[in-house]
Amino acid sequence: MVGFVGKRVLHGLVSIVGASILIFVISRLSGDPIVLMLPVEAPPHVIEAMRRNLGLDLPLWRQYLIFAGHALTGDFGMSYRWQTPALDLVLDRLPATIELAVAGLVFSVCLAVPLGVLSAVHRGSWIDTVGKGFAMLGQAMPGFWVGLLLILVFSIRLNWLPAFGHGGISHLIMPAIALGWYPVAAQTRIVRSAMLDVLESDYIRMGRALGAPERVLVWKYAFRNAAVPLVTMLGVYFASMLGGAFVIEVIFAWPGLGRTVVEAVFSRDFPVVQAGVLFTSILFVTCNLLVDLSYGLIDPRIRRDG
Amino acid sequence: MVPTATERPGGAELVPAQPLLKIENLRTHLHLARGIVRAVDGVDLAVAQGETLGVVGESGSGKTMTSLSILRLLPKPMGRIAEGSITLDGTDLVRLSEEEMARSWRGRKISMISQDPLTSLNPVFSVGDQVGAPLRYHGLARSRRSLRETAVGLLRRVRIPSPEKRLDDYPHQFSGGMRQRVACAMAIACAPRLLIADEPTSNLDVTIQVQMMELFRELQAETGLGIILITHDLGVAAGICHRIAVMYAGRVVESGDVRDIYRRPAHPYTQALLAAIPHLGGGRRKRLQAIPGMPPSLIDPPTGCRFAPRCPHRMPRCADYPPSFQVGPTHKAACWLAEAGA
Repeated sequence: MVGFVGKRVLHGLVSIVGASILIFVISRLSGDPIVLMLPVEAPPHVIEAMRRNLGLDLPLWRQYLIFAGHALTGDFGMSYRWQTPALDLVLDRLPATIELAVAGLVFSVCLAVPLGVLSAVHRGSWIDTVGKGFAMLGQAMPGFWVGLLLILVFSIRLNWLPAFGHGGISHLIMPAIALGWYPVAAQTRIVRSAMLDVLESDYIRMGRALGAPERVLVWKYAFRNAAVPLVTMLGVYFASMLGGAFVIEVIFAWPGLGRTVVEAVFSRDFPVVQAGVLFTSILFVTCNLLVDLSYGLIDPRIRRDG
Repeated sequence: MVPTATERPGGAELVPAQPLLKIENLRTHLHLARGIVRAVDGVDLAVAQGETLGVVGESGSGKTMTSLSILRLLPKPMGRIAEGSITLDGTDLVRLSEEEMARSWRGRKISMISQDPLTSLNPVFSVGDQVGAPLRYHGLARSRRSLRETAVGLLRRVRIPSPEKRLDDYPHQFSGGMRQRVACAMAIACAPRLLIADEPTSNLDVTIQVQMMELFRELQAETGLGIILITHDLGVAAGICHRIAVMYAGRVVESGDVRDIYRRPAHPYTQALLAAIPHLGGGRRKRLQAIPGMPPSLIDPPTGCRFAPRCPHRMPRCADYPPSFQVGPTHKAACWLAEAGA
């Protein structure tokens, strides 16, 4: 078990270093930040001084080593734009992003699990048809469009929920639905097919022959077996919600990490982009690690083989 | 392989006046898109307390459908009992509601062990959790601790070594034979009256098959359990059964005391099945006897004897379905050839 965890942590570290190199190089391909920071008529020697001051005159590999060395001590540099430490900016926005991702995930699971299980149990019935229709609809409607529709209906027409901003539960509902909308479809399908497989198995038949109530068979015996593929998927979705919620964050003016990074990209604010992306990749890797570890809790066979 | 009289508890009254289970004229149909499959087509069977009845036949002969009919667990929605009665302890199971079946019959009075020991236990729950589960379903567990103690007792009864230590283990940590023992412990947890064992040993190796059969015999001696052993293997059936019913194409073609069936098989199908058992020491010269042809389709079965197209003794009379002729005191065969012997 310790060896297994150690190996996974090592894999994770390699991924994070890889991500940091990639983002470092790619962000520098986007253009020269000095051009955006100084007025157009700035004299060349001022531009040169500024470049030297920020360390942008050095070769790329040296810039990276300096960045990596500082990053290890928790120093991601000052934001070019806001003149505050990039790390503070990122850490300040992180809780809002996590809050939104958790809410989106809870919404999608709460909808997908009952829908998937019931479609499998009542295979071929109207419930199954509704589930399938819903799954197709979910797949066909992108999150940003769902978000706009929600704002149109619940904020503008009905005036029930605030259209944007961050605050109580009422601010969270629509962004969470918009973010969790798309995964519902895929999760419903995976729960349904896993449940169909498990419900056909000998141990469920045996349980039924020994008088197990249908409720216990479905929700306890079958669902726990069907949960493994779902958990894998949830890990991936949660991670991508953390990193990929920026569209939803922009639509709902949600003060999260995604929106901050997008703004930083536009202003070529390298330290913020680097810190933001690095944190997102750390979260991503951590999520996957937790998913790997959680298999053992669900399925004892993996606990042993791992 | 044939048990001697001393090995057979209650061998004297083979068909008592009041059998534990009595199946009369059972007809089970499967409604498929291409037609109605008459999977069980007028079957009569009886099992006495403490008796083991072997139901033998090829796959598709209706033996598994018969057992699923008893449990009322036919595949939904196409499976239906069209006619007949299944009386256990004086109650006709066919008339019970699904809820009554689940609450007070399945697992409580009738139990089942399924075919494959490797897949009949839930992989994500500990063995201790599973063994005691039937007691929980039927409200027979008083507390968590007493349930644990009962589970240990059950595992001990099926001869699992140091059961206290193995209670928290998971199925994958047990061998195939041990898993089948655990499944057996689950099946007898609520002290059922009837146990249906559907090919319980077909995926086990021979020494473990023998151990399982010994286990069945011990449990039967202790509790007076009636057992229906469903198998395609006449050799396995000979080792444990008191009586045998041979099924072919949805009907019982021959039934009787195990020794009558083996020594004086009256139906050509039974004779062919016996000839198809491979014998050790037969030498290379003796080839394995296969039964030529295929069983008939059960969607539109022939009106006469269903074995006739494959039968070496086919006669013009076989166009009419033969009634069951009494060949011996407890021995019956549905074949015109047996009419002379009756």
